Amino acid sequence: MRHFLLCSLLSVLVLSCSNSSSNSGESSTVTSISGAGATFPYPYYNIVFRDYMRQHGNITVNYGAIGSGGGIRSLRDRSVDFGASDAFLNEKEIASMNGEIIHIATCLGGVVMAYTLRGVDSLRLTGPLIADIYLGKIKKWNDPRLVAENPAIKLPDLDITPVYRSDGSGTTYNFSDYLCVVSPDWKEIMGKGKALKWEAGIAAKGNPGVAGIVQQTEGAIGYIGSEYALTLKLPTAKLKNRAGRYVDATLETISAAANVELPDDMRATITDSADPGAYPMSLFTWILIYRDQKYDNRTDEDASQLVDLLQYVISPKGQKVAAQINYAPLPPQALKKNRQLINKINYGGAAIVSGNLSAATDSTNTVLK
Amino acid sequence: MKDKIFRLFLFVAALLVLVLAAAIVYALVSRSSEAFQEYGIREFITNAEWDPRSATEEYGALSFILGTLYTAFFALLLCIPFALSVALFNGVYFKGKKIAGVVRSVVDLLAGIPSIVYGLWGFYTVRPLVIDLGVNAQGFGIFLSSIVLAIMIIPYASSLSSEFLSMVPNNLKEGAYSLGATRLEVVQHVSMPMASPGIVASFILALGRALGETMAVTMLIGNTNRIPHGLRDTGNTMASVIANQFGEADGLKLSALIAIGLLLFIITAVINLIAKLVMKKLSHA
Repeated sequence: MRHFLLCSLLSVLVLSCSNSSSNSGESSTVTSISGAGATFPYPYYNIVFRDYMRQHGNITVNYGAIGSGGGIRSLRDRSVDFGASDAFLNEKEIASMNGEIIHIATCLGGVVMAYTLRGVDSLRLTGPLIADIYLGKIKKWNDPRLVAENPAIKLPDLDITPVYRSDGSGTTYNFSDYLCVVSPDWKEIMGKGKALKWEAGIAAKGNPGVAGIVQQTEGAIGYIGSEYALTLKLPTAKLKNRAGRYVDATLETISAAANVELPDDMRATITDSADPGAYPMSLFTWILIYRDQKYDNRTDEDASQLVDLLQYVISPKGQKVAAQINYAPLPPQALKKNRQLINKINYGGAAIVSGNLSAATDSTNTVLK
Repeated sequence: MKDKIFRLFLFVAALLVLVLAAAIVYALVSRSSEAFQEYGIREFITNAEWDPRSATEEYGALSFILGTLYTAFFALLLCIPFALSVALFNGVYFKGKKIAGVVRSVVDLLAGIPSIVYGLWGFYTVRPLVIDLGVNAQGFGIFLSSIVLAIMIIPYASSLSSEFLSMVPNNLKEGAYSLGATRLEVVQHVSMPMASPGIVASFILALGRALGETMAVTMLIGNTNRIPHGLRDTGNTMASVIANQFGEADGLKLSALIAIGLLLFIITAVINLIAKLVMKKLSHA
């Protein structure tokens, strides 16, 4: 293990050296920003950070998709500049961080119900129905309760095969979190968590595993991260939201879930959102940083570069990238709260001057206006 | 001098293998101790609960041990007729003929196919057949995994068996022929009994291979953490539960998974030991 660490450290050193030499013509120093955490937004961060680095030759951003828990631990150890998590910190976690943490929401995602049923291209489901399917109480597609919800289509006399994740997953957490809200039975029997003790169905590893089984099995239904399902254009069920509407999972409906009164610190679950156009199984993902950036050997330069990066992520450019790869962009209200939070970041009490850094200046400034 | 250096080199190489094996066992034992201390070895093995929720966290290995044994033994059962006929084909009836060489290389080729390919083949090709057979609604489970496993272990069982069959001394067979035995009778009463220790051992080795197979089984068994009720049911094996859950696991769960790895290690080691003993015992008898 120690050797592995040494090797990776060495390779990082070598890489950063070669980087600095190639850029030495344009700028004197290379700053590196490092982050670690959630895997769900990793494809988005990967692209948005790459774009950012292209515009800033003297900055490298490294993101390690090590899971939300690992990201929070790394930030607590101050071994990274920012952490990333699919769940906001609870009071206990906040108390353990030794410093005020700011939550910046970066984009939204959802959990969708993909299914395969020959001849059925529009299926309506409700939270309690999903709960009962996964609890094994609804076993057939022509169950009266499913038929009552779908009067327009003819459901076959076929066994339902619920498919769930065999590995621990934030998708499972968000799926079960929603079902806990809408189904007392589910809360009682299953509860919520990244891994559960399942009552019915079969399991597969990762979004690809679940999607593969659902696509290849007549009568299967499975929950999948929206970013994956939308990219694959899988047939997904409409879900009944709190306002009583049946809503498809699209980037618009997922974004709409955040169109509610949000707390000033952005620590909000938007599951079962009250917005009439909202898709009910929606969620934020956050970047976490210390409010006071003056710790360890950090300079105000480091701090302002980090703030500049955050502003780029929530800028129209950054959010457009999110939408291109099927992460739902933040609605205006969430962006406004984000900006207020970014303004609170300081360096030993002094305000951070940002937006003065090389090429991104124009884009970030237009966002701020 | 050169001889001495070479000896030293061999000695070091052999020692390194031993040290590595010991290190693996040590790592498994030390990292599984948390789970064994929490539940006790007997309780861990006989408990079928696998509940990763933090409020009711509880881990037991029984459902995975049974899932492993079901799939492996059923696969062995399925593979016996095929592996034995291939062995007789290559080792007795067409011994030394061109066709035997072709069959042998094709069967050996089966051993070289990566297990993920078997998994995909099972997923896309065998599973629809299993659904059509009416085994269960979605095809996954012990039955499907065992069929694919059986095909995967045929080369391991057959190549060693045919080796032993072809080593039966000619004078014995000629003696039987001279007494008027037919070819079938020679196989039944001379070749098979003479080669039986080797045949039994090769099937036990194939069983050991089936016990540890991971990728294909993970794709086909359904990955449900319960004791499988019969061949139609879904389940999980020791190897597949580790493959599924190792990535995100930490704390007690990680320790429980490593403990399952240790148990699997012990089971395969015992199986191999039995194969050796059988070979020794039967060949002396």
